[in-house]
Amino acid sequence: MRLDLTHIQRWIAPGSKVLDLGCGNGEFLQRLALERQVRGLGLEIDPDKITSAVARGLNIVEQDMDAGLSNFPDQSFDTVVMAHALQAVHYPDRVLEDMLRIGRQGIVTFPNFAHWRCRLYLGSRGRMPVSRFMPYNWYDTPNIHFCTVKDFEALCEERGIRILARDMVGNTQRRPLLASAWPNLFAVTAIYLISR
Amino acid sequence: MKTSSVGIVTPQRARFDEPLALACGRVLTAYELVYETYGTLNSTRSNAVLVCHALSGHHHAAGYHSAEDRKPGWWDECIGPGKPIDTNHFFVVSLNNLGGCHGSTGPTSINPETGAPWGPDFPSLRVRDWVHSQARLADRLGIDCWAAVVGGSLGGMQAMRWALLYPQRLRHCVVIASAMRLSAQNIAFNEIARQAIQADPGFADGHYLARNTVPAKGLALARMVGHITYLSDDAMADKFGRDLRSGSLELGGEEPAEFQVQSYLRYQGSQFSGSFDANTYILMTQALDFFDLAREYGDDPVAAFREAHCAFLVLSFSTDWRFSPSRSREIVDALIAADRPVTYAEIEANEGHDAFLMPIPRYLALFGAYMQRVRGAC
Repeated sequence: MRLDLTHIQRWIAPGSKVLDLGCGNGEFLQRLALERQVRGLGLEIDPDKITSAVARGLNIVEQDMDAGLSNFPDQSFDTVVMAHALQAVHYPDRVLEDMLRIGRQGIVTFPNFAHWRCRLYLGSRGRMPVSRFMPYNWYDTPNIHFCTVKDFEALCEERGIRILARDMVGNTQRRPLLASAWPNLFAVTAIYLISR
Repeated sequence: MKTSSVGIVTPQRARFDEPLALACGRVLTAYELVYETYGTLNSTRSNAVLVCHALSGHHHAAGYHSAEDRKPGWWDECIGPGKPIDTNHFFVVSLNNLGGCHGSTGPTSINPETGAPWGPDFPSLRVRDWVHSQARLADRLGIDCWAAVVGGSLGGMQAMRWALLYPQRLRHCVVIASAMRLSAQNIAFNEIARQAIQADPGFADGHYLARNTVPAKGLALARMVGHITYLSDDAMADKFGRDLRSGSLELGGEEPAEFQVQSYLRYQGSQFSGSFDANTYILMTQALDFFDLAREYGDDPVAAFREAHCAFLVLSFSTDWRFSPSRSREIVDALIAADRPVTYAEIEANEGHDAFLMPIPRYLALFGAYMQRVRGAC
């Protein structure tokens, strides 16, 4: 299980209703169903991942977030999760607005592009960073809207989105002291609990 | 997993003497349903799957009727050991609907009041009449609750109606390449088909059996029109292109050229007209036209689906223009708004509406994955 997903779990109330945007093979939703007894729905566009997620017994709808989420009624879910997809959608701001229209709270995780390794890579080599976490070349990547911790918080401020909690994941499993103290420099992955 | 056939199957017949009140207001005093079953009903009777057929379908969905049979049942790709509806685990029931022409009571049956075939006087049917008659068959077989009711096209409409009329009697509803109601274009194609039949002098206002005539040309034409709507432009291009069957398009010759697609359509038409009843075709296309899932729920599909207690699998095919993916999306959106469990996928497929009968790998894998979940609760 990816580290950011382990962190998210505690923000999800047992028995609640969860929409997972970009649910992948459904590993996270399945765990939430088993450990938190949530009623989950996953959105995904990759055919093989959809089949894997359905094989886990999950409800999955093939739908492209970039085409909008207007088919989901207002406040119809307790939590809307979008893990590691913010940077891959065409209109991240619209998706965030939709998340908080559909859900009472939203949980967003994204790779922090201002992490010192990225800065060092870009600063020293002058080229777009390619790493274990972001293994794509700039011309062939699903990640079209990279942002930083500061960028995200500025957008929330601008749109009147409340940050209820945030959690930073550093390089290791250990308590991320540096990432918590200086998230924009040391957080590899940023995790936010947001609401209106 | 090894994939194989259910083998040789024998149709069965159930007679019902309890009158069935029909949506049209008339009553059918007695009727028979022909059906096949595949697999074994478990001790808790919880593994039964009902397969609902489409416009020109029937009870023979899987396996063979004899060792010499060349073609298996119409949905053999999806029903059998190791197939999506896995007969190692499910007990599958497939019937010929009321009004059909493959053994169940319909226009070719004898009207007990007159001693002659019903012909055009057979009562007009709605999808719900089929559902009620299928529920009686379930009673007869001792099935209180289907593990799943499954159907493609018109069969999907029956499955959805099941979910609204008998919410306690199914756990899953599988709706493939279907819609909540026909569009004007869909109805228009059906009307051409009916007109083709009715304009054939052999039709004799539907009394062709009594007159000993057959509206073969009309029925063939109806099928040709229908068949075009089941295929995609791409599928026809792949299959026939502009290939000639005979003649030539060279200048300076008067020999008429015949395209492959012409002869194919004529063959399909004549095969069909030899095996299908014209009154049944009219009856079935009308049931299709009249179906409107949400009509009595204030035209609100969300209110309609709130009646349902089951989980849904909805599938569509990318090149299906008869019941396009957007028609399936309407179903999915209504289910989401009604807060009902739903799984949906649009399968990339070249074959148009007919894709739901084809062994498309992603389709079979996904359908099978879903049916495994259905199995888990049996």
